[in-house]
Amino acid sequence: MAILVFVETSEGHIKKSSLEAISYGAQIGVKLNTTIVAVLIGSSPSEDLTSLGKYGATKVIHVNNNNLQIANIQAYASALQQVTEKEQADIIVLPKSSLTDPVAARLGIKLKAAVVSNVTEVPDTTNGFKVKRAIYTGKAFAEVEIKSTKKILVIKKNAASIKEDGGMASVETFSANVSDHDLQVVQKEVNKATGQVLLPEAEIVVSGGRGLKGPENWGIIEDLAKTLGAATGCSKPVSDMDWRPHHEHVGQTGVKVSPNLYIAVGISGAIQHLAGVNSSKVIVVINKDAEAPFFKAADYGIVGDAFEILPKLNEAFKKALN
Amino acid sequence: MKILVCISHVPDTTSKISFTDNNTKLNTTGVQFIIGPYDEYALARAVEIKESVGAEITVINVGEIDTEPTIRKALAIGADNAVRVNAFPKDAFFVASQIASYAKSTTFDLILMGRESIDFNSGVVHSLVGEMLNIPSVSPVMKLDLNGTKAVVYREIEGGKEVLELSLPFVAGCQEPIAEWKIPNMKGIMSARTKPLVVVEPVAVEEESIYLSFELPTAKSGCKMVDASTPEKLVELLKNEAKVI
Ligand SMILES: Cc1cc2nc3c(=O)[nH]c(=O)nc-3n(C[C@H](O)[C@H](O)[C@H](O)COP(=O)(O)OP(=O)(O)OC[C@H]3O[C@@H](n4cnc5c(N)ncnc54)[C@H](O)[C@@H]3O)c2cc1C
Ligand SMILES: Nc1ncnc2c1ncn2[C@@H]1O[C@H](COP(=O)(O)O)[C@@H](O)[C@H]1O
Repeated sequence: MAILVFVETSEGHIKKSSLEAISYGAQIGVKLNTTIVAVLIGSSPSEDLTSLGKYGATKVIHVNNNNLQIANIQAYASALQQVTEKEQADIIVLPKSSLTDPVAARLGIKLKAAVVSNVTEVPDTTNGFKVKRAIYTGKAFAEVEIKSTKKILVIKKNAASIKEDGGMASVETFSANVSDHDLQVVQKEVNKATGQVLLPEAEIVVSGGRGLKGPENWGIIEDLAKTLGAATGCSKPVSDMDWRPHHEHVGQTGVKVSPNLYIAVGISGAIQHLAGVNSSKVIVVINKDAEAPFFKAADYGIVGDAFEILPKLNEAFKKALN
Repeated sequence: MKILVCISHVPDTTSKISFTDNNTKLNTTGVQFIIGPYDEYALARAVEIKESVGAEITVINVGEIDTEPTIRKALAIGADNAVRVNAFPKDAFFVASQIASYAKSTTFDLILMGRESIDFNSGVVHSLVGEMLNIPSVSPVMKLDLNGTKAVVYREIEGGKEVLELSLPFVAGCQEPIAEWKIPNMKGIMSARTKPLVVVEPVAVEEESIYLSFELPTAKSGCKMVDASTPEKLVELLKNEAKVI
């Protein structure tokens, strides 16, 4: 038996969420006394694969098929099925993303494994196999007992902290059998913002709402984000009015974020917005209305005009971070 | 062209969530139930397709009798007929098995769902159904254009989108801005009452997971206020107290 961890890359780099997933797998590995096999599909990332040992992987399998260079939901599920069988893995861990939820689901059917997504903690294996997952868009949690022999866990950001106490992993390559049937969905084009901190993965998010009055005022949000190395987000009306792109909209019907720090500027804090941010570690709210509901969900707040506060706050951050 | 739209029956997005029966059941007191918001985008896109190229739309819900008003609303919005699989939706695998079983009995050209339900938030039912039926699944889809039996879909990815080409039949998990929500008109509401709503019994499914109990997040201990004239004080708190920068 082994625990398989899917390692996702983005623009040639191993995602931080993948390292969390390896450390998460390693924590289960300690409980169940099994080894961790990390699986990477597609072209080689710039990082050295043996270094994944540091986070807890004993072995890294690099599936290097030519026809898997572009992420493809069905083909990735097939490849992972083959690696799972080869390694006789019973538990498969994936870091949550727009790719891994669908891949995990299809893999689940192939392996007759329960698929539990949005997992927030390391499983309790003392009596059965129980995991905690976020439900009702972060408004609650559920404890779920998994009954199937094989188990697939898609973990949310921060489900485990990254540990770097391991050694070097061995690396082997593997060529998966991928059929035409698996490749029937064809990618024609990708449009991706490059060089920016991506919102779903960001450690710090600076978000603006309708209180900013118009797209021309986003400079103060962007400046602050730049100082903090943060991603920018927004409320739904802001993206509905095309002040900001749709993929920046945070909330129940948008991106769910779980950064260490979420700074909300000129956002009232409607329950649908809160649903997307309630798993942030620390929330800062800046709003000119002391009665804005967002303050109830915040850790720190400033009542005042964003246009006056933000430039000053940016200078203060710059000073502190130097 | 036959389209199956899968709808969940979920608490309204403004609902305060709480639990009863020793934290094993949702407290439904005062909770208003709606069609899942993403599912409503799926339905709206199906209605647009019906209006432009013609289609028969079936909606399906896995739920007990209390979901019927939600199903009737989908009929009022423009679905032609409905199926209710008479069972509590225990988990994603159970729901997907019921949908796939029904979809095998009647062939559909397109199966539209929401990207995720807002109760379970699994984001997997569409992909489970796709694999069960051995057809492609794409999610989350922001745009879906049909051209005969071919389709072009825009799938949202972190920080952008990818454009995919595929052939019918397939399953899509939808999200905005795929279509505008439709508000049911009087004619729709009247005709919804007489449109067929068939109740079928669930197929037996092996139990893969059990929801044991629920809990609410621990409440924030209160918001510390910083005066607007001293933003450097906030920076200091974030650095030395919260330790997040
Ligand atoms: C089904 C459904 C789903 C939804 N999903 C989402 C979602 O995913 N995400 C989301 O965000 N919303 C969502 N909404 C919308 C949500 O209900 C709110 O309407 C929205 O979040 C409000 O956005 P806002 O806070 O930017 O704007 P407003 O509510 O207009 O608030 C603007 C705030 O800015 C403050 N302000 C004004 N000027 C200044 C200034 N100079 N300095 C500082 N503060 C200032 C005001 O005091 C106010 O609090 C959804 C709604 C529905 C019905
Ligand atoms: N009980 C249900 N009945 C019918 N369709 C459902 C049900 N639950 C979920 N779905 C569909 O599956 C999609 C994804 O749900 P989930 O995987 O639970 O996030 C939803 O957006 C719905 O379209």
